[in-house]
Amino acid sequence: MINPDSVGRTFEGADVITVTQSEIDAFAAVIGETQTSVAPPTFSIRISLSQYESILTQPEIGVDWTRLVHGDQKFEIYRSIVAGDTFKCSATIETLRVAAGNEIISVRSDLRSGEELVVSSWSTLVVRG
Amino acid sequence: MIDVGSTLDEHIYLIDRALLKAYADASGDHNPIHQNEEFALSVGLPNVIAHGMLTMALAGKYVSDWAGGSATVKEFSARFIKPVIVPAGEQVDLTINATVVEINGNQIKLDIVATSAGVKVLGMAKAVVIK
Repeated sequence: MINPDSVGRTFEGADVITVTQSEIDAFAAVIGETQTSVAPPTFSIRISLSQYESILTQPEIGVDWTRLVHGDQKFEIYRSIVAGDTFKCSATIETLRVAAGNEIISVRSDLRSGEELVVSSWSTLVVRG
Repeated sequence: MIDVGSTLDEHIYLIDRALLKAYADASGDHNPIHQNEEFALSVGLPNVIAHGMLTMALAGKYVSDWAGGSATVKEFSARFIKPVIVPAGEQVDLTINATVVEINGNQIKLDIVATSAGVKVLGMAKAVVIK
């Protein structure tokens, strides 16, 4: 069970992530994008999902990552990500509810480069019961 | 001329197991339901399924191609309502079209429809682009 005390709290990811051109190129290649001076619009999921995993699976929150399904996703992109960007990523657990035996959490991720908010994203994650 | 109600040309993307592997490597999402058929079946799925975020990444390519590149996409959202099923040795379609639903200055809001094998796979898929 997810700890209900975690709802409303923001957890800072421990990692500082530097985006490389080869990561952008690899992501772009999958979708056939040849213009790689900026990252594709959904590239930031690469950062958010790994930070979610390390944050949400901590014992004090208690998400079982092996039972996770991605329900929905939203991005607000304030500027495009480019190679050399260095990010810290936070996760805010906005809501938690239980439906049909599944735990449904809504998590917001903010990617900041220094003080600059570059991408906010919202993910609904379903932990299957 | 772009008006509310204008429709964008449909595009078909092809998805196979090799693309799932490439997306897993590029995104860091190595969940075995996207690569290992035995595992996918063991958790009750009909077969290996594509990452929802791969479907969304391809829809992002679709809207950015229309609007003029990755940097044009300001908001983008979707629900993963049905999986894209990817049997071994097959290429399955991801068929995408979109309609202009709102215009505010240079900001255009699109409703996106994405299907695979005739089944709608994204719900409430919307993007706001600058064009």
